[in-house]
Amino acid sequence: MSRKSFTVSWIHATVAGAVISLALGGCGKQDEAQTSADSGGPEQVTVKIGHAAPLTGSIAHLGKDNENGVRLAVDEANARGLVIGGKKVVFEMLSEDDEGKPDMGPIIAQKFADAKVAGVVGHLNSGVTIPASAVYHQYGIPMISGSATNPQLTEQGFPEIFRTVGRDDQQGPAVANFLMSEDKPRVVAVIDDATSYGEGLANEVEKTFKEAGVKVLPREKGTDKQTDWNAVLTKLRGEKPDAIFFGGMDAAAGPLLKQGRELGIKAVFAFGDGACSDKMTELAGAAAEGMICSQAGIPAQAASQSFLEAYRAKFNTDPIIYAPFTYDAANVLITAMQKADSVDPAKYLPLIKQLTYEGASGKIQFDDKGDRKDAEMTIFMMKDGKIAPVAIIKAGKTIKFEDFMKGATAEASTVQTTEPATEQK
Amino acid sequence: MDIFLQQIINGLTLGSVYAIVALGYTMVYGIVQLINFAHGEVVMVGAMVALWVITALAGSGTTLPPLVIVLIGTLCAIPACMAVGYAMERIAYRPLRNAPRLAPLITAIGISIILQHLAMLIWSRNPLAFPQIISNPVFHLGGATISGVQIAIISLSLLMMAALTLLVYRTKLGVAMRATSENPEIAGLMGIDVNRVISITFVIGAALAAVAGVMVGTYYGIAHYTMGALLGMKAFSAAVLGGIGNLAGAMLGGMLLGVVEALGTGYIGNLTDLCHVSWISSDLAERCAVDGHVILFGSNYQDVFAFVVLILVLVFRPSGLLGERVSDRA
Repeated sequence: MSRKSFTVSWIHATVAGAVISLALGGCGKQDEAQTSADSGGPEQVTVKIGHAAPLTGSIAHLGKDNENGVRLAVDEANARGLVIGGKKVVFEMLSEDDEGKPDMGPIIAQKFADAKVAGVVGHLNSGVTIPASAVYHQYGIPMISGSATNPQLTEQGFPEIFRTVGRDDQQGPAVANFLMSEDKPRVVAVIDDATSYGEGLANEVEKTFKEAGVKVLPREKGTDKQTDWNAVLTKLRGEKPDAIFFGGMDAAAGPLLKQGRELGIKAVFAFGDGACSDKMTELAGAAAEGMICSQAGIPAQAASQSFLEAYRAKFNTDPIIYAPFTYDAANVLITAMQKADSVDPAKYLPLIKQLTYEGASGKIQFDDKGDRKDAEMTIFMMKDGKIAPVAIIKAGKTIKFEDFMKGATAEASTVQTTEPATEQK
Repeated sequence: MDIFLQQIINGLTLGSVYAIVALGYTMVYGIVQLINFAHGEVVMVGAMVALWVITALAGSGTTLPPLVIVLIGTLCAIPACMAVGYAMERIAYRPLRNAPRLAPLITAIGISIILQHLAMLIWSRNPLAFPQIISNPVFHLGGATISGVQIAIISLSLLMMAALTLLVYRTKLGVAMRATSENPEIAGLMGIDVNRVISITFVIGAALAAVAGVMVGTYYGIAHYTMGALLGMKAFSAAVLGGIGNLAGAMLGGMLLGVVEALGTGYIGNLTDLCHVSWISSDLAERCAVDGHVILFGSNYQDVFAFVVLILVLVFRPSGLLGERVSDRA
């Protein structure tokens, strides 16, 4: 989600010389990990993984959900007892509250850098992740967000920055593809709210339709505070579109949908994630029924069975949205460290790019920018006042949600048997 | 043609709301030559209070018919807004009545900001859904549609305008108001309690604003703490368009502005489609061949029309369409 912007970055901060022993405090560089002499076993090193999200405020529940994902991954890795670089590795999650404020992003990032984390999972909001990412880039700390969907994050060209969730600009094609496969519209109208989010999304939708040869009416525009869409909709009614897409937030989308139905427009109304919540029913009343909308990623309930069971067992609740993605992000960091046989960011960073990882949210591979290849998008439909997932769009293909759920379960079970190395248990 | 008719209906609905709000501006201006910039916020307070009451009643499992619930909501919003209007005049404007013209203008802006932020504290910064409990039948009218709520808004506005006109021209209070507007000093010498008349004017304007707030909330299904600002500005433009200080002018200005806005939004895209004149450059012709349309001004210019009209009126007819008195006292 871009403007509501849930960016989860996990700060995996693992420090090569993780625990700085005070006795050696004068020694400047500390590359050696503190050894746990008391255990008497093989040499043990503590590796810090940072996690940052708003843990207070209005979306604290989502922040906690993200944190739980990382905690689960870290605890599972510790239970496996990994040996990296000949040393027994104990992972420690360092979780910080960035309050969802952009100015807190770099502050937390600096804190992680000072604590010499090996990697970071987070942040939750795009608006916070983007300023923080510059700091991670400066210190060469790998950062993977499980929820920052704003395209700008990976467009900065920082090699340390990744995300396990899709981008906003993949949403547009997803909605358009879904409409074309389901409703086969011949004429489509596209409206936006003249914000960078709404217009960007609308442009992607329009492009996808045009490439497929669907007739797109001249763009209509409003503002993000507009409540009167009657004039625009009346004009569109005369053109008889089969589908209407609006790029904008729910405060404008709700009245638009309501007025559209009151004017007797029969077209399918579709929206992006800014208007993809049950709030649309409150705002538009019965008119919201049957609307289509998209969100980046997959619903939490579509994550792998093994993840869902482990999450429920540990936290006694269901994941909310992005926990599968933060869980995967933490696991990607850990797996890359294993493959590189090093917890040094400089050594394991290249491995992240080459990795193919079967995670709770499906197969994870990164492209050159650090975006997830073939990231899934989910299409929702308003049914009885609640949004329900109807389809998953992956690599331009529309998969019915029920089929996806069946496939995901099957896939998860094969993974368990064939690839024990990356298994989560 | 049905599109045109529909835009007229849209415009008249919107214009009715503008007209009701514009009456508040024009009445206050007519009497104290003050532009009460906080008037838009009173509309917002009305919508918010009504939303509060309607949500509470609708959620309480009452068996009252929905229309009665909305009516109760409105009847709660009216006294709340009257109180706000009275307090506003008493606290921010009366002490400054003999101060230079600029001073009350500044306090008006101050009151507007204070009201907005108070509303934000009370009702949060999120857009609130106005409960949509009344059924909204849609009628067909020669290809166009008109909903029950639209009919109610238009007819209620006309009714209130008529009642206000009667009040001002046919009652003792109206005589007092007109006298105060003519010349407050002389009116005072004639035994009119000028302060009371001014207070009543503010309170009547606020009551109209409360009704406008409920109309906007019911019509659009949404309320937000900033909703009054733009609405207020447009209603003010409508008042100036019709001739500020003139009741009939405010009504005419409001309706006209609503229609101009609806028609403008509906047709500006087609009118400024550069492909009509694609012969002027080959680049343009190429783009037209690809896209079909190159639109100079899109429908997002909706909010601009009110202000373009305002500027044009001020340039060519500073006293407004029906304004007799040039704004010498402003």
